[in-house]
Amino acid sequence: MPTKKDEVYGDHISHKFNNELMELKTEFLKMGGMVESQVENAIQALVDGDGHLADEIRANDKKVDRMEVEIDEEATLIIARRQPTARDLRLVISVIKMVADLERVGDEAKKIAKLAIKLQEEGQALRGYVEVRHIGTHVLSMLHDALDAFARLDSEQALRIMKEDKRVDEEYQAAARTLLTFMMEDTRNISRCMSVMWVLRALERVGDHACNIAENVIFMVKGEDVRHTPVEEAEKVVGR
Amino acid sequence: MNSVNTTITSEVTQPDEVAVPVQESKPAETIIEEGKTVGKPYSDDPKFKLRDVEVFYGDAPAIKKISLDIGRNEVIAFIGPSGCGKSTFLRCLNRMNDSIHICRVKGSLQLDDHDIYDPKRDVVELRARVGMVFQKPNPFPKSIYDNVAYGPRIHGLANRKSDLDEIVENSLRKAGLWEEVKDRLDANATGMSGGQQQRLCIARAIAVSPEVVLMDEPCSALDPIATAKVEELIAELSESYTIVIVTHSMQQAARVSHRTAYFHLGHLVEVNETNKVFTSPEHELTESYITGRFG
Repeated sequence: MPTKKDEVYGDHISHKFNNELMELKTEFLKMGGMVESQVENAIQALVDGDGHLADEIRANDKKVDRMEVEIDEEATLIIARRQPTARDLRLVISVIKMVADLERVGDEAKKIAKLAIKLQEEGQALRGYVEVRHIGTHVLSMLHDALDAFARLDSEQALRIMKEDKRVDEEYQAAARTLLTFMMEDTRNISRCMSVMWVLRALERVGDHACNIAENVIFMVKGEDVRHTPVEEAEKVVGR
Repeated sequence: MNSVNTTITSEVTQPDEVAVPVQESKPAETIIEEGKTVGKPYSDDPKFKLRDVEVFYGDAPAIKKISLDIGRNEVIAFIGPSGCGKSTFLRCLNRMNDSIHICRVKGSLQLDDHDIYDPKRDVVELRARVGMVFQKPNPFPKSIYDNVAYGPRIHGLANRKSDLDEIVENSLRKAGLWEEVKDRLDANATGMSGGQQQRLCIARAIAVSPEVVLMDEPCSALDPIATAKVEELIAELSESYTIVIVTHSMQQAARVSHRTAYFHLGHLVEVNETNKVFTSPEHELTESYITGRFG
């Protein structure tokens, strides 16, 4: 039975068009789920020093890349066949942009997996993992909420994610300072701490991509582009 | 070591699991307010100033209290489902509805601040200023030359043959037809292709130097190439004319017009810049129509 949300994209005269848009949404969410677990596993592989899991992540990234191409193709065909307008157009355009973000999140997960292997091989004492777990949890919940906001067409939730991004940046800065202290304490820590720094950087980027997805959700729902605008502006748009 | 799994939620919400905070759609009639149009129905430099326009066929209202400005040198597109009144409204602009006996027009309709429906107004002069192109190309069964020369002749716009030749050539050039027909101006117009005939009708309309050209679905009988040529022509003509186009092709409205007006059951629901109408319309009904949710 169609839900209320389906009606937003689902009540065209052409049933086939309904199905195409539904399919696009579903595929996007599927890719989102895949990317989400890639990041989650990457953090796990790092903190557990699990090389097998890290290898798996690197292999899975190819699937993520393939999904990006497939979804783009689907979106292109909808534009060519249906010439969508208004909210349908905004959905298709946003999906095209957001899959690029998801693919980049996938790349960040792969990057973390590579660093996990490197750190495992170096086999040194664990430094900075508390920060990795903390920021990791934070950005993963942002990513999850962004996908959820997309599924629910919830611009208020999307706005909350935009606000979260600033906090992630602050956490990243603080973690970087901590790692810097470790490096200053003992220069032998430098190589390892730099690797952890790259992991943190990758996680911070995941937060940025979640934020981009949230901005696209606001565009889909409200029809206004809130990229590169202060959060207060976005607040006004969402409040309308 | 603590597992990250304890704090990370991993399930992505699947589309059919969630209830969505969207408003239930209301029946069309309940969301139209009579005489209220959302968006930007007015213009800083109006060619037409139309206020509280109502049209009746006998007792049946076809247009319900519509107020709208049409700007100078503006291309405005009227869209809406069949029977929504867009053609009826268009035909008020040069009093084409006069020929329908049961048709009554109320309200204020002004062209350059002069009442269009002033009983003393010369309707022939009005229609020379406000030309019209119809859905089906309707050339006279005469030569190409005579089709274009017909208007200037009866309006006495040319005293000499050379003046008339010039008007014919200029009009055909503006209509993008000159190169195709310059060697066969004496040929009968009915032998031309549909697209050529329609462009000939446009040439005929602009030969009397109108200020406004009304187009009632000018491309619905044309193939895509002829349509593209007519659309190209509309863009060029908009530099010197005000153009009002009724179209069933939303893509065409999106391509050629500056503003788009959406009509529904005799109401003017929304008027906005075309870019806005096709990306984020203000009114629910406009959105439903342009996204193909009802027709």
